[in-house]
Parts: sequence; structure tokens; C-alpha cells
Amino acid sequence: MIHPMISTEDDMAEPVISLRGVSAELGSRPVLRGIDLTVHRGEVVALLGANGSGKSTAIRTLIGQVPVSAGEIELFGTERARFRDWGRVGYVPQRTTAAGGVPATVTEIVASGRLSRARFGVLRKADHAAVRRALELVGMADRAKDSVNELSGGQHQRVLIARALAPEPELLIMDEPMAGVDLASQEVLARTLREQVAAGATVLLVLHELGPLEPLIDRAVVLRDGCVLHDGPPPKALGQHALPGHDHVHPHASADTEPVRTGLLS
Amino acid sequence: MTMDFLDYAFMQRALLAAVLVGITAPAIGIYLVQRRQALLGDGIGHVAMTGVGLGFLLNTSPVWMATLISVVGAILMELIRWYGKTRGDIALAMLFYGGMAGGVMFINLAPGGSNANLTSYLFGSLSTVSESDVTAICLLAGFVVLVTVGLRRQLFAVSQDEEFARVTGLPVRALNLLTAITAAVTVTVAMRVVGLLLVSALMVVPVAAAQQLSRSFVATFAIAVAIGVTVTIGGTVTSYYQDVPPGATIVLLTIGAFLVLTAVAAPVARRRARAAAAARPAGDPAECAIPATRGAGDEVGV
Repeated sequence: MIHPMISTEDDMAEPVISLRGVSAELGSRPVLRGIDLTVHRGEVVALLGANGSGKSTAIRTLIGQVPVSAGEIELFGTERARFRDWGRVGYVPQRTTAAGGVPATVTEIVASGRLSRARFGVLRKADHAAVRRALELVGMADRAKDSVNELSGGQHQRVLIARALAPEPELLIMDEPMAGVDLASQEVLARTLREQVAAGATVLLVLHELGPLEPLIDRAVVLRDGCVLHDGPPPKALGQHALPGHDHVHPHASADTEPVRTGLLS
Repeated sequence: MTMDFLDYAFMQRALLAAVLVGITAPAIGIYLVQRRQALLGDGIGHVAMTGVGLGFLLNTSPVWMATLISVVGAILMELIRWYGKTRGDIALAMLFYGGMAGGVMFINLAPGGSNANLTSYLFGSLSTVSESDVTAICLLAGFVVLVTVGLRRQLFAVSQDEEFARVTGLPVRALNLLTAITAAVTVTVAMRVVGLLLVSALMVVPVAAAQQLSRSFVATFAIAVAIGVTVTIGGTVTSYYQDVPPGATIVLLTIGAFLVLTAVAAPVARRRARAAAAARPAGDPAECAIPATRGAGDEVGV
């Protein structure tokens, strides 16, 4: 991928995410059977596949939640086990994993996302400001003091995305961000993501279907039975993109650059 | 009522211990409830019995020995949680009952020891809190407060969403271990006053009671500790005047507080809903809290 906003050659040299020959088991069942996945700076990559194809497990090996039985994982050119610069990474887990047994406010949840930028867990003025900004980005600033238990699925998802944005990350990893999200929130999420991508963020998303995020996706990696089945242009989008006059304005480009046809470039 | 109970050294010690228990048990309990391990304290309490028994058998301090054994037990439970696959609950059950059986066995092996010695540790006792117990309780309580308050943001993040906490670079396993160890230490802090079998109630019930009123973690923490201190002091003083066991009194008072707060919570919630409805002109009050209708309002504001 070549993007006009990329600044130095050095940035190009190292992929932001690199999985090489990664295998993983859950219990005795092999879930990943040697997958390769590379995401370059500024790319938006969708990880697609049926239930049980290993999408979420791939993401979880990447963050270290699921141990790897073979293969290598690098983040920003550093081996995952030695990677310490977590403030550069924003993560949105599947919503089901994020429910505690004690009430917590929207601000408390989002502030925990800022810990990767805080020393010894002490949040300073700048950190609180970043938390407020993240809430404004997803349009939840007016609910800052409400308990997350009082929110709808869509609003809860927006809070989790604000939590991922709180450290002002360069890389966003999202596991099914649109699952069970109402239409209004879907639009807010798509807009937020568009803004992040326009500002140069790299994104890896697990998706069930491309849906409203489709125009943002540069490349799709499709998994089946723990193997990579397809790595290239988003499969569903092909038909639409082939239509004459379908000019896809690439979100990385500034307003005055020519529209590019992503399908061909990626 | 005169404060004549303060004239007795044993009551001063018991009250000091009670206050420390009232602070520490809910302070660590809130993280256990948050991570849905509300009964971890109960398990550690059973394991601590082996420590008490060993203390008698080896003629060392039962409090310190119980601390040691329950910390080891807590670490074992955490390891079972990591590596245990299908039989995790069975392994935990063996740890619980093995701990209890070990306690009974060791105390009966100790010269002149019998189950009667164990009773004050199981259900708490005021008159038996010794000078050295108070020293141990103060040191251990200091550790618990340092961890639960000093590391509150880290523990909150790990207890709320372990998977996410990894991506903030927090040492998740170390923090999980620290939580388990702190819970074990709290059990031994509370052991002399509330007793091993009832300690878990003081970790969980004040938090559950506080939740009836609160919407934030910080408020839940503060209210739970306030309830904890109130019931431990209340229970200790009641136990002095009425000659009833302190542990049982404290636990029953805690459950009473839970019931009262639950009864109070409904009108409070209704008032909040009305206030929220007044703040938002559109929609009927019951619908206001439901985000589907809020979504439309958000669109306008953005």
C-alpha cells in the first residue's frame, strides 16, 4: 500500500502488525494453523470469516491473551513478548468480555484506557483531557457520569471505542465493533473510524460482514478453519467497485488529491 | 450510653482490630466482586484453617502461620485458574476442604489442642485478641490499604476487563496474583474478629449493599468501606453488651444494612429518573434511560 501521507521511508520498512506462521490451540483443538498476516502503516484491514474460523483467536494471540504454539508475532517491528509501547495500540474487545460485577461510570471505564500512557497509574491533567476528548469523539461526553450498566449495546460499544482511543493510539485493533450495535451508534462508529483513518491510524478489524465500514476497508483477509483463504481486495466490495464511475475516495488522502481506486492498489 | 467499654484494654484492641477489618475486607472485596470471584475469600478462609492448626502444632503465632498458608493457598488457586482446564472447580474444592481438614487434623495433633481452640478462629472472638495479634493486624491491614488504594486504577482495569488490561501494558498476571495475595492477607486480618467462616461475608455484602445506591466504582468503594466500618464497630460493641459472638453479629448487621439500602434504593432511583426526565424535555421518564430513544437526541447534539 502506498499512501500520500506516509512521511519517512523508515515507516514503510516495518509493518505495524506482522504474524508469520502463527498457530494456536484452545484446549486440544487447533484454532490457528499457521496464518500469515501483515498490516502496514495507514492500512485498514478487515479480518473476515465464519464463526469459529479463528478471527478472534488471531486477534487474541496478537495481544497476548492466547498463547502461540508456533510462529512469530511482531508489533511495530518489535517481537510481541518484548513490546512495551502499548500506548501506541488501542484495543476494542468483543463487548461480552467487558462487564464487571461492580457499577462503573463511563469516565471510569474510558480512563482505564489511558493507563498505557500514565506512569504508575497516576492520571494527570493531560490524561483527563484525553479521556474527555475520546468521549467527545464518540459523542458520549454528555453521559460521562452515568453508569455503563444504564447504556444500550450501541452506546456501550461507543464507550469501549472511546477507551481504546484514550491513549491516542496509532494502531486500532477491533473485534467485531459493529456486533449488536443500533443504527445511530453504527453511524457514529463509522464516522469516528473515518476520522481516525484520515488522521493516519492503522486499523485491524474483525468483522462478520463489511457493512457500513465497507468504504474504509483497504484489504480483507479471510480465514477458514484457521488458515488464510484470501488476502486482497475486500471480496464483497468487488462487484460494486467494478461498476463504472464508482470512485472510491481514499480516506487517507487529503481533500485535494485525486481519488484512488483502492481495489486495484491493494 | 456511656463508653465504659473503652476502659478495657481487650476492648480497645478488639475495636481497633474491628475498624481495620471494616476497612480492609470491603476494600479488597470490591475487586473480587468486580472480577466475579465473590467466594474467593471463603475458599481462602478454609485454607487458612490449616495455617491456624499448624501454628498451634508448631507453637508459633497462628495469625502469622495462617497468613503464610493462606497466601500459599491463594497463589495455588490463581495458578489453578491459569493452568486448570476442565477440572478447575474440582481442584478448588479439594483445596478448600483439604485446608479445612488439615486445620482440624493439625490442631488435634498439637499437645493439648482440640477443636475448641479452633472455634475462636472460626467465628471470631473479642477477648482473645492479644497484643501481638493487634501488631500483626495493623501491619497486614497497612499492606491491604496500600495495595487496594494505591493500585486502584490498575486493579480496577484488570478486574473490569482482563483482556483489555493486557493491551494497556499492565502486568496482568502479577496484578491477579497480588489481588489473591491481598485477599489472603485480609482473611487473616479479619480472622480474629469475624472468624474464618464468616470473613467472606464482610468482603462481599458491604459491596453488594453499596451497589444499591452507587453508580460509580469510587462511590461503591467509599460506601462499602463506610458500611464495613459501621457494622464492625456496631457488632463489636453489641457483642460486648449482649455477650453474643462478634462475627455473627457483624455479619447479621451487614445483611441488615444490605436490606435497608435495597429498600431505600428504589425511591432514590425513581427520583433520579424523574430528575433525568426533567433535564430532557422529550420522551416519557421511563423511556429516557433507554438508549434507543437517546440515540436520536445524540444525533442532534453531535
